[in-house]
Amino acid sequence: MTSVTTGTALNEKPKRAVVYRHSLAVRITHWLNVLCLSFLLMSGLQIFNAHPHLYWGQYGADALPDPAFVSIEAYPDGDSMKGVTSIGSFQFTTTGVLGASKVDGELTPRAFPAWATIPSYQDLATGRRWHFFFAWFFVINGFVYMLYGLVSRHFRRDLLPTKVELTPRHLAHEVAEHARLRFPKGEKARRYNSLQKLAYIGVGFILLPLMVLTGLTMSPGFNAIFPWLLDVFGGRQSARTIHFITASLIIVFVFIHIAMVLLSGVWNNMRSMITGYYALKPEADKEITK
Amino acid sequence: MSIDLTRRRFLIGSGIAATGILTGCDALVQSPSVNAVLEKGEWLSMNAQRLLLGNQQLAREYSEADLSPVFKANGTQIPETDVYKQLVDSNFANWRLQVGGMVKTAKSFSMADLKAMPSRTQITRHDCVEGWSAIGKWTGVPLGLVLEQVGLAPGARYAVFYCADDYEQSLDGSGLYYESIDLVDAWHPQTILSYGMNGKDLEIAHGAPLRLRVERQIGYKHAKYLMRIELVDSFKNIGSGKGGFWEDRGYEWYAGI
Repeated sequence: MTSVTTGTALNEKPKRAVVYRHSLAVRITHWLNVLCLSFLLMSGLQIFNAHPHLYWGQYGADALPDPAFVSIEAYPDGDSMKGVTSIGSFQFTTTGVLGASKVDGELTPRAFPAWATIPSYQDLATGRRWHFFFAWFFVINGFVYMLYGLVSRHFRRDLLPTKVELTPRHLAHEVAEHARLRFPKGEKARRYNSLQKLAYIGVGFILLPLMVLTGLTMSPGFNAIFPWLLDVFGGRQSARTIHFITASLIIVFVFIHIAMVLLSGVWNNMRSMITGYYALKPEADKEITK
Repeated sequence: MSIDLTRRRFLIGSGIAATGILTGCDALVQSPSVNAVLEKGEWLSMNAQRLLLGNQQLAREYSEADLSPVFKANGTQIPETDVYKQLVDSNFANWRLQVGGMVKTAKSFSMADLKAMPSRTQITRHDCVEGWSAIGKWTGVPLGLVLEQVGLAPGARYAVFYCADDYEQSLDGSGLYYESIDLVDAWHPQTILSYGMNGKDLEIAHGAPLRLRVERQIGYKHAKYLMRIELVDSFKNIGSGKGGFWEDRGYEWYAGI
C-alpha cells in the first residue's frame, strides 16, 4: 500500500490515482486461504454430521445424562420427518435445511444439508481426509502469511490501528459512515479504515488461530503432546464446541466481508486483490490535485 | 470401534449408486489421483505427531470424578459369530488369547494367565471418530509384557489384532473386525489389553473378555473381543491391506487425529 502511480494523463483533470494496494504475498495467501477455508468448512460440516451434538467439558456422547446443549436432529413427523435444531431448552423447526433436508428429492435425516458438505453424501472417512489435508495446507499458508507480515512490516504498517483510530469518537464516526454505506474515498481510501483493521486483526490473529488450536485439542495424539491445551479450552468437547462457534463467527465475517466488497466498488476491490492495484476515487467535493 | 455402519451403508448406497448425480466436489472426492494427494495429509499428521510425541509421552489420565456417568457402547454390541456365542455360553472359560506370527515362541494365554501378570489401571478419555468422547477406567495387562513373553522375531513391525465380531456379516470372514498398531504404540506404557472397566469385568458391549486400549488414538483402533494377536512385518496381505476393518473402508491407519 505504498507506491503510487497516476492513472490519468497530465493535462486532464486527475480523476483518480491508482495505488499498489496488496502485495503479491498478501494476494496469494488470501486466495489460498479462500480455497482452504471453503474446503475446511464443507468437510467440517460433513464431520459434524457424524455426531450432530455439542457439549461442554471433557466428555459428551449423547448418552443420557450427558447434556448436549446443541443438537441438530430429525424427528418423526407423521409419515414424514422434521428437522429440529435444539439450543439449550429452545427448539426450532428447521426442516429442509438443518436436521432433515432433501437428498434426491427425498427428505433425509442429516444435520447439515447435502449442498453444504464434502462429499454431498454421508462419508465421514472422506470428510476427515479432506479436512486434515486442507488443515495442513491452511496452517502452512498461514505461517507464510505471518512470516511475511512480520518481516515486511505489513502488519505494523497496514494493520496496526493508530491511537487516534482507536478512540471511541473515531470508531463511532466510522461505524456511522459504514452504516450509511459511505466508504472512504480519495486519500482516506489509501489505507485500511480502522473497522477494516480491527476486523482483519480479529480474524487473522484471533479466530483463525483459535480454529487451529481447538482443532488440535480434539486430536488424542496432540493431547499427549500438549495436554495443557485441554485445560485452556476446558476439555476436548468444549474445544469441539469452540471450534464450531469460531467457524460460525468466521462465516459471519465472510458474509460481511463479501457485502463490503460488493458495496464499496466490487470491480476495484476485486482488481486490487488480483492485480494489486486499487483506484482511489476522488472525494465528492474536492478533487485530488497533483 | 464406532460408526453406524448401517446408516453409512444406506446413505452411501442411496447417495451414489441410486442416483449417480454428483456435484463437482463429489467427482473430485472419487478421483483416485485427488485421493492420492489428500492421503499425504495422513503421512504429515503421523510424522508430525510422532516427531513431537516421542515414544513414551502419556495420554491425559483423569480422576474418578471425571468418569462419564454412562460410557456409550458403540460398534458391535454383541458379536453374533458362533465362536463368540460358545464363549459367552461358557462364560469365557475356554477363551484363550493366541499370540503368534513373527515371534520367537508362539503362546496362548488364558484369562487367569493375563490377570496373573502385572496390571495397569488408567482413567482415560475415549474419542470416537464420530466426535463424541467418554471417560472410563480401564484395567489390563500392558501389551509390552505380553510381547516380552513371546519375544519378537527380527523384522516384526506391527501387531495385528483379530476379533470375534463379524462387524459386517460375511460368508468369507472379510467382515471380521481387526486392527493393527506399530511397535511404537505396542510398547507404549498405556497400551494395555484390558479385561476390566470401571472396576468390574469388561462387559460384552465394551468388548469382553479382552479389548485393546491404545490411548493416543481414536476409538476404532481400540479393537474389542480380542482372539488373536499376530506380529507381522507388513499388513498388506491382511484384509484389504490397509491395516484394519475401518482402514479398509477409507479411514486413516494412523488415527492420532
